[in-house]
Amino acid sequence: MMRILWAGAAAAIAASSALVWAQQKSSAEGIAEYRAMLADGNPAELFEAKGEALWKTKRGPKNASLETCDLGKGPGVVRGAFVELPRYFADTGRVQDLESRLLSCSETLQGISAAETAATPFGRGEQSNIEALVAYISAASRGMKFSLPQGNPEERKMYELGKRAFFYRAGSHGFACASCHGDAGKRIRLQDLPELTKNPGDGVGFAAWPAYRVSSGELWGMQRRLNDCYRQQRFPYPGYGSEVTIALGVYMGVNAKGAESVAPSIKR
Amino acid sequence: MADPMRIRAQASGDKATVRVLMAHEMETGQRKDAAGKVIPAWYIQQVHAKLNGKDVLSAQWGPAVAKNPFLQFMIKGAKAGDKVSVSWVDNRGDTRTDEAVVT
Amino acid sequence: MKQQHPLLFAVVTLIVSIAGCATPAPAIDYDAATQEMMKNSFRDQGIAKVDRLQQDEADAACSKAQGAPLPEAQRVAIEAANLKTVRMPSDGQFIGDWKLGEQLAQNGRGMTWTDASTAPAANGGNCYNCHQITKAEISYGTIGPSLYQYGKLRGVTDPAAASAKPIVEYTWGKLWNAKATNACSDMPRFGHNKLLDEAQLKNLMALLLDPKSPVNQ
Repeated sequence: MMRILWAGAAAAIAASSALVWAQQKSSAEGIAEYRAMLADGNPAELFEAKGEALWKTKRGPKNASLETCDLGKGPGVVRGAFVELPRYFADTGRVQDLESRLLSCSETLQGISAAETAATPFGRGEQSNIEALVAYISAASRGMKFSLPQGNPEERKMYELGKRAFFYRAGSHGFACASCHGDAGKRIRLQDLPELTKNPGDGVGFAAWPAYRVSSGELWGMQRRLNDCYRQQRFPYPGYGSEVTIALGVYMGVNAKGAESVAPSIKR
Repeated sequence: MADPMRIRAQASGDKATVRVLMAHEMETGQRKDAAGKVIPAWYIQQVHAKLNGKDVLSAQWGPAVAKNPFLQFMIKGAKAGDKVSVSWVDNRGDTRTDEAVVT
Repeated sequence: MKQQHPLLFAVVTLIVSIAGCATPAPAIDYDAATQEMMKNSFRDQGIAKVDRLQQDEADAACSKAQGAPLPEAQRVAIEAANLKTVRMPSDGQFIGDWKLGEQLAQNGRGMTWTDASTAPAANGGNCYNCHQITKAEISYGTIGPSLYQYGKLRGVTDPAAASAKPIVEYTWGKLWNAKATNACSDMPRFGHNKLLDEAQLKNLMALLLDPKSPVNQ
């Protein structure tokens, strides 16, 4: 009887030690596990489906679809386009990211005003259509490696401007992008901060957007992500599709060269 | 009419795993808007799933379920080619049904 | 002069014009282009105005350095200039209430374009975003060093004692203007940029230096 009791006690101690040991895993690891569980059934898929329909639907004053829009790999080519953006476009004479390119195409092909869409708050009206389109277009490059072109002088210039913007300290708090994203292994509260000046950090940080933001139940494109970054940096408001947002996309995108795109992913 | 659900059903052995992503705001009725007014409760109350027209799952949900709910379940005896349909009804009486074929 | 050798003349002209093209195009002034881009890309929104893009010498120098250390002379000059801005408390009292300090340290609000006012009373200290402070709070950032046991590790048993004065004044200086002691610090300049007022800073001082504060247990 005593032996059985001792065995039971030993087992109980072993079990509780194992439990304590399991609890030694860091809070960051616990959160990573939770995120992995969330990844199955990413609501971004709902936006991808909507985006595919929008790409193919005739809309706007010109009653045309976006199916002839050139995202950089030729008119209508969606697969592989996302991992080569931002890039230079000859027809507009400038470097454009995915969202500003969608604005150009919507205006040229469909007659939908780019200025009006740019002035629309995130998540409303045409902006909610852009969200769906970026989900669809980025999903078409899932698993492909980032390879932004740098052959055009404008593309190289935007890389340099993006780098300087990344390190630009200003605002009431003196923050630059680099204040949070310039070093590896740092975090704000319990939120890990990817280092965006090179891979693998950039492959985690840049390559994951657009993303479904669980905390607000919305799909965020890169423009919205940068907008909220600047808000928290206590900067003034960056214009939608403005030069600084595109330059930062070039800088981060070139730094992400070779990283696999996981967009649209799921975020806190 | 609400946005369509995304349904995937994959057979493996004598079971099929069904994954459903529903588009729904799932407002708890506890939140207030910027003006301080309560945002009215709006959430799915009933979920039903059928295999080839026969009921296989029914669920009663409440405001604790998150926005854009994800549901995963297994159906015994389902095979490739079978039809799975999922329906929900919310507290406003709105309803939505979507179908998928088991692969 | 007779054009006796039109072909030679044409060749010479061609060589001269190619030599003219061989002069390299002027290098792009990326710094100027960056300033222009920042000016054109931002607008006022709520309390966040475009004048916030202006950089002082520290901001400009540290931005340009892109993470590399500043040249020694420049570092020393910037720290000296920022040290001059530090205003000691008007009543000579440095230590407030650590309980209020902890609340302030937990609060990350203020000064964004969704905040209503620029008044310090509306602002938090943002401290836990970057620092560990008490042992109990596990949700802390690692951008800045841990401040756990800050006063204890520095041998401060009585902040009012003469022996504690150097640490007390150093800590106040850090909160008022972190660049006074670290030219390219990423820490906001809470006093200098009017983010927090004297009373709030005294509460943060108490959190760090009061022997009764949970930080020093």
